[in-house]
Amino acid sequence: MKFAVIQFPGSNCDQDCIAALDGLDDAHAEYVWHKETSLAGYDAIVLPGGFSYGDYLRCGAIARFSPIMQAVRNEAAQGKLVIGVCNGFQILCEAGLLPGALVRNRGLRFVCAMTKVRIEVDHSPFTLGLTKGAELRIPVAHGEGCFFADEPTLCGLNANRQVIMRYVDGNPNGSIEDIAGICNRERNVFGLMPHPDRACEERLGSSDGAKIFRSMIEWVARKQARAA
Amino acid sequence: MKVLVTPKAAVLDPQGAAVRDAMQHLGMPEVRSVRIGKYLEIDIDGDAAQVESKLRELCRDLLSNPVIEDYQLEKA
Repeated sequence: MKFAVIQFPGSNCDQDCIAALDGLDDAHAEYVWHKETSLAGYDAIVLPGGFSYGDYLRCGAIARFSPIMQAVRNEAAQGKLVIGVCNGFQILCEAGLLPGALVRNRGLRFVCAMTKVRIEVDHSPFTLGLTKGAELRIPVAHGEGCFFADEPTLCGLNANRQVIMRYVDGNPNGSIEDIAGICNRERNVFGLMPHPDRACEERLGSSDGAKIFRSMIEWVARKQARAA
Repeated sequence: MKVLVTPKAAVLDPQGAAVRDAMQHLGMPEVRSVRIGKYLEIDIDGDAAQVESKLRELCRDLLSNPVIEDYQLEKA
């Protein structure tokens, strides 16, 4: 199982993602510079956290036009798994691969804290092995993580069960309906503000983030087994 | 060209709310609301009218995010 971790100028969790993924069984991760144009040969794509292009204009607004994003778009359309963490989530929204947008935290402060999220959808490539209602401890670190979507979009997200996780015991950023992570209608593109890459070892305070990556590995393995 | 980008009414603008509170605190209780957006000044070589449609396209795709913002394009 080979992950591509996209590096934009200003990404700063790319190394965290590589370390987290390389630490898992049956997984290997490689950096892919944003000027590349192909993601063939990778089983899944990770858009890491950070401050791509210095967050200029809007978070993710410029990164969405990087050459690699056309490849991300094409691979996503083919059904390949794409996960965007934090700034990666912002980029996916800006690119239109996920609905809605992430705006300034309601409290105006950059929030760096452990959060608890509840899994809302268990039948997704990102939540295999987790039951609906399960709670994960995963940290956040962001200034613009307040998820916003207009009423029709929000209705669509709920009706299609695209809200994968919500914050419980406190909403760190004012996100509408406590939304922490959503997927697209096809369920192969997932964006979340919490950092699973920072919660893959107990000595970091939690290893719950690994459950999301392991789910992706399991999903790809099942898909490959079916194809064989 | 001048481009004015403002948050949509439905979008929470905590920066604007903080500035409103500060203005009220500084002796202007009349301030009902403040919305904070962005102002871009764009210099264009040649005839701006010729590139206006492209500029409008970029206003929508890059300079603003239609999910959360409106834009106004003004000729300088």
